[in-house]
Amino acid sequence: MPAVEILGLEKTYTVGFWRKTEKIGLKSLTLEVHPGEVFGFLGPNGAGKTTTLKLLMGLIFPTAGTARILDQDWRSPWVRSRIGFLPEQPYFYDYLTPSELLDYYGTLSGVSAADRRLRIPKLLERVGLAEQARVQLRKFSKGMLQRVGIAQAVLHEPEIVFLDEPMSGLDPVGRREVRDFIQSLNREGKTIFFSTHILSDAEALCDRVAVLHRGELRGVGVVAELVSRKHGRVEVVWQGTSALPMMKALGAECHLAGEVARAAMDEARLEEALAALRARQARVISVNPIGGSLEEYFLEKLGETVEVRS
Amino acid sequence: MSSRIRAIAFNTFREAVRDRVLYNLVFFALLLVALAPLLGQISAGVQRVLLINLSLSAISIFGTLIAIFLGISLVSKEIERRTLYPVLARPVARGEFIVGKYFGLAGTLLVNTGAMSAGFYLAVFLMTGRLGRSDANVLIAIYFILLQFLVIIGLALLFSSFSSAMLSALFAFSLFVAGTFAGDLRGFAQSVHGPQSWLASITSYVIPNLASLNVITRVAHDQFISAELVGYNTLYALLYTGVAVSGAALIFSRRNLK
Repeated sequence: MPAVEILGLEKTYTVGFWRKTEKIGLKSLTLEVHPGEVFGFLGPNGAGKTTTLKLLMGLIFPTAGTARILDQDWRSPWVRSRIGFLPEQPYFYDYLTPSELLDYYGTLSGVSAADRRLRIPKLLERVGLAEQARVQLRKFSKGMLQRVGIAQAVLHEPEIVFLDEPMSGLDPVGRREVRDFIQSLNREGKTIFFSTHILSDAEALCDRVAVLHRGELRGVGVVAELVSRKHGRVEVVWQGTSALPMMKALGAECHLAGEVARAAMDEARLEEALAALRARQARVISVNPIGGSLEEYFLEKLGETVEVRS
Repeated sequence: MSSRIRAIAFNTFREAVRDRVLYNLVFFALLLVALAPLLGQISAGVQRVLLINLSLSAISIFGTLIAIFLGISLVSKEIERRTLYPVLARPVARGEFIVGKYFGLAGTLLVNTGAMSAGFYLAVFLMTGRLGRSDANVLIAIYFILLQFLVIIGLALLFSSFSSAMLSALFAFSLFVAGTFAGDLRGFAQSVHGPQSWLASITSYVIPNLASLNVITRVAHDQFISAELVGYNTLYALLYTGVAVSGAALIFSRRNLK
C-alpha cells in the first residue's frame, strides 16, 4: 500500500477579469510515494510543486483527479490527523509564543491536553527552542520560525510529513539543522514528502525523486541509481605530461594542473590508455567511472542541454 | 461546541486582546464615557439622559467599528498571511473555522461591551450617587447593541469569505448605514406603488433591520421596552446572523486559497 497515491490530479486556474484565460497549474499528475521513504519533489520555481502540495492539503480544489493517503480519501479528517504539513515560507500567528502556537495546533489535531503538556516542551527542546518557549514569534528569525514550523508539523506524531521548500531562505547552518531533523524523522519511520529546488538537499536526503516542470511530471527515479549511472566514460588521473598527446589521440578530453593530468575518455579505450601510460612510465593516480548526478538527471528531464563533466 | 471551534474562538479572542488597535478603540470609548458626567453638568437637568445617550452611542459606534474592522480581517488576513494553511491542513472543516472565528469575535465584543457598560454604570453612580431600577432598563439597550454586533460580525464575516478586506469593509459599513434606516425604507415602500415599492420592500428585508435594535433614546427617557420586542429582536438577530454565518461557511468551503 503506497503512503501517498496521486491519481491524475490536475489544476487549472482561470485568470483575468474581463478576458478570462486558463492557466495550467498542474497537468494530470500520477505518482506514488512509498511508506518510510524520503521522497523529493523537484522542479524550478513555478513548476507546480506548491500547487501539488496545496491540492493534497485541501487548500485548493483539483480540476480533475483524486488522491489517496494511507489508503484513504485524501480529504478525510482521519487522513488530516495523520499527516503533518510545513508550508513554504511559513507565517504563524506572531502574537503567540511557540508553546501557545503548538498548543493551539495540537488541539486542532486532536492531541489530548495531557499529551500536549508532555510533548510540547520535548519538541521545543528537540528543535532548539526550549529557551524561547515563552517569547512571542514576532521576535523570531526566519530560521527559528522554520523550526517552529517543523515542530508544528510533527507535534501530533503524523505518519507522513509534507514539507514545502523546508530549506528555502535558510543559511547553511539552518539548512544543515533542517536536513538533520528530516533524517531523524525518517529514522523514526515517518514518510517524508518534500519539495525543493535545491538539488544538493534532495541528493543528500531523498530515496526517490520526481521532477516536475511547467506543471508536468517529467520523471521519477531512485536517487542512488541516478547518481551511480554510468555513461560509459572514465576519468584517469596520472602524474607526468609526456603521455598527453597520446591520450588526446585516443579521444580523451585532457586537463593539466601542474604535474597532474586528468583525462575523461570512453571506457572502451581505457586499456589502450593505461598501456600507453605504462609505456611512458607515468604514475597512474586513479581511474574512476564518471557517474551521473542528480543535477544532470534534473536538467535532462527539464530538457536542458547536459554536458558531462570532465 | 467542538474543541476545535473552541480553540479557534479562543485564539481569535486572544488575537483581538493582543491587538493594539482594539485597545485604542476601547480607550476612546472609555474616554467618552468618562467625559459624559462633565457634559451632564453643563446641561443641568438632563444629565442622565445625556449620559445614557452619549455613553450607549459610544459603546455602539466603537463596538461597530471593532466588529467591522476585526470582522473583515478574520478570514482575509489569514489567507493573505497564509496562517490558515497549517490550520486547514489539520482535521478542521472550513465551516468550523468560520464558526470559531465568529464566536471568537463575538466573545471579544461581549467582553468589551461588558467593560464599557461597567464604565457607564460607574459614571452613573458617580453622577447620581446611586443605581436605581430605571438604570437596569438600560441593560436592554445594551443587550440590543450586543445583538447588533452579532449581526454586523456575521455580515463582515460573510463579505470577508469572498472578497478583499477593503471591499468587505465597504460592504459591511454600507449595510450598517443602510440597516440603521431600514425602518424608514419600509415606510417608503408602503408610501409608493409598483416596482419602486417592491424594490424598496425587498431591500428593506434583505438589509439588517438595525433601527429596531436601537432603543437608546427610549431607555434614556425611561420608556417601556416590551418583552415582545426583546423576543422579536433576539430571534431576528439570531436568524439573520445564522444565515450570514452559514453563507460565509458555504462560500468559504468552496474557495481556493491563493
